[in-house]
Amino acid sequence: MVKAGSELRVDGGGRPLWLVLELTYKCPLKCPWCSNPLDFAEITDELTTEEWKKVLREARELGTIQLGFSGGEPMVRKDLEELVAEAVKLGFYTNLITSGMGLTKERLSELKRIGLQQIQLSFQHSDPQINDAMVGAPSFDAKMSAAEEIKAQGFPVVLNVPISRYNIEDADGLIALAEKMGFEYVEFANVQYYNWALLNRAELLPTREQLETAEARIIQHRERLGKDMTIYFVVPDYFDGRPKACMNGWGTIHFTIAPDGKALPCQEARVIEGLEFPNVRDHALEWIWKHSPTFMKYRGNSWMKEPCVSCDEKETDFGGCRCQAFLLTGDAANTDPACSKSKHFHIIQSAIAAAETRQPPRMPLVMRTKGAVSHKLKEPVGTSGI
Amino acid sequence: MLENAPIGLNDRPEINPLFLFRWEEKEQAYLLLYPEGIIKLNDSAGNILKLCTGEKTFEEVISELKNLFDVEELEDDIYSFMEVAIGKGWVRVKS
Repeated sequence: MVKAGSELRVDGGGRPLWLVLELTYKCPLKCPWCSNPLDFAEITDELTTEEWKKVLREARELGTIQLGFSGGEPMVRKDLEELVAEAVKLGFYTNLITSGMGLTKERLSELKRIGLQQIQLSFQHSDPQINDAMVGAPSFDAKMSAAEEIKAQGFPVVLNVPISRYNIEDADGLIALAEKMGFEYVEFANVQYYNWALLNRAELLPTREQLETAEARIIQHRERLGKDMTIYFVVPDYFDGRPKACMNGWGTIHFTIAPDGKALPCQEARVIEGLEFPNVRDHALEWIWKHSPTFMKYRGNSWMKEPCVSCDEKETDFGGCRCQAFLLTGDAANTDPACSKSKHFHIIQSAIAAAETRQPPRMPLVMRTKGAVSHKLKEPVGTSGI
Repeated sequence: MLENAPIGLNDRPEINPLFLFRWEEKEQAYLLLYPEGIIKLNDSAGNILKLCTGEKTFEEVISELKNLFDVEELEDDIYSFMEVAIGKGWVRVKS
């Protein structure tokens, strides 16, 4: 999930420049493309305020600069302001990644006063009814009020739109909304298929034609708006034939701390079975980053298999995404199946083909709710057919 | 060069408030921070931006840089950097 615009080139330095704190998995919304774990509701032992502050101090010492407060919905944490204040004091560039739910005028004023730098606000659709249906809760009006107050307070804003087939044709409407609100950045983030999004992939994945149409519209808007608005839109890896340079490489510049203190090389990494994620409650961040077996596991390229080993693009895309390789092929060390050179590329192609044909059975979306899925039942060993 | 420049000698350049400009000890460099990005500036770019406070005219910026580096022929370099910086929205002319 590498972000556009990461212009600082760092390799030898090996510092974790970007840190995302998932303060909580709690959220009032039920987005069926949520990147949180399927068993989010069972992970309840959130770090305390003091434990988060320790993470902040240690990260800053390691050289972290960009800091995202995320979740779940970070506004659920009553100590958010205290943590932002600490982060600002330590010299991070602070980003709040929010749905806008719970972002009251009072809390925004306080966040402004203590020095929060910018806000990334998610919207799903410019039509209130569709927006609310997509997230499974009345939220459009609350988001609009939050948006107005955010601009009144003078924060730079990134409007973040997770793109699926349900809103890909609304690029015009969403850009108009961003213009009206005076937002400086719009990020059309094609949904990436892990966790809830993978569960719902057949119903979420847009068609190639939809993507091409949306991209053409976005290019027109970019030309029209010039410097007034920056619009990010990256062709998703499913349709590119090339894997994404995920996180700029495992354990290279980014890490995430989950609500329960587990340190992850990316937000999705918990999906990889068999990896032990070190916890900030037990270990210093410096050890976790520099020496823990999990962060070392896919760092560099000595872990690679063919076709990555002899590929001249391995320094560019790092073999793609470890999580996607694990989820779709069963081995995180395999080439990302989004790569046309992968022997598993057909898995991605058949998902795209299914999106094109829309063959039955058409299933309803599984909303992100407690107990919606079960991990309790395990297949008896030896019957998996692999 | 001067006729098409995006900035005049009497304009007062300032860093676009969307960006945070600061020194980062660990990188030993000035950075421009913005949502979704980090730009690490080389020495000369950092030194130019440091003077873009919105207080000084561009003429004053140029003359300070000449004193700082004790070089006479800096204008071309400064103009071409400013063109980039304004083009990318890092710097604007204070209104």
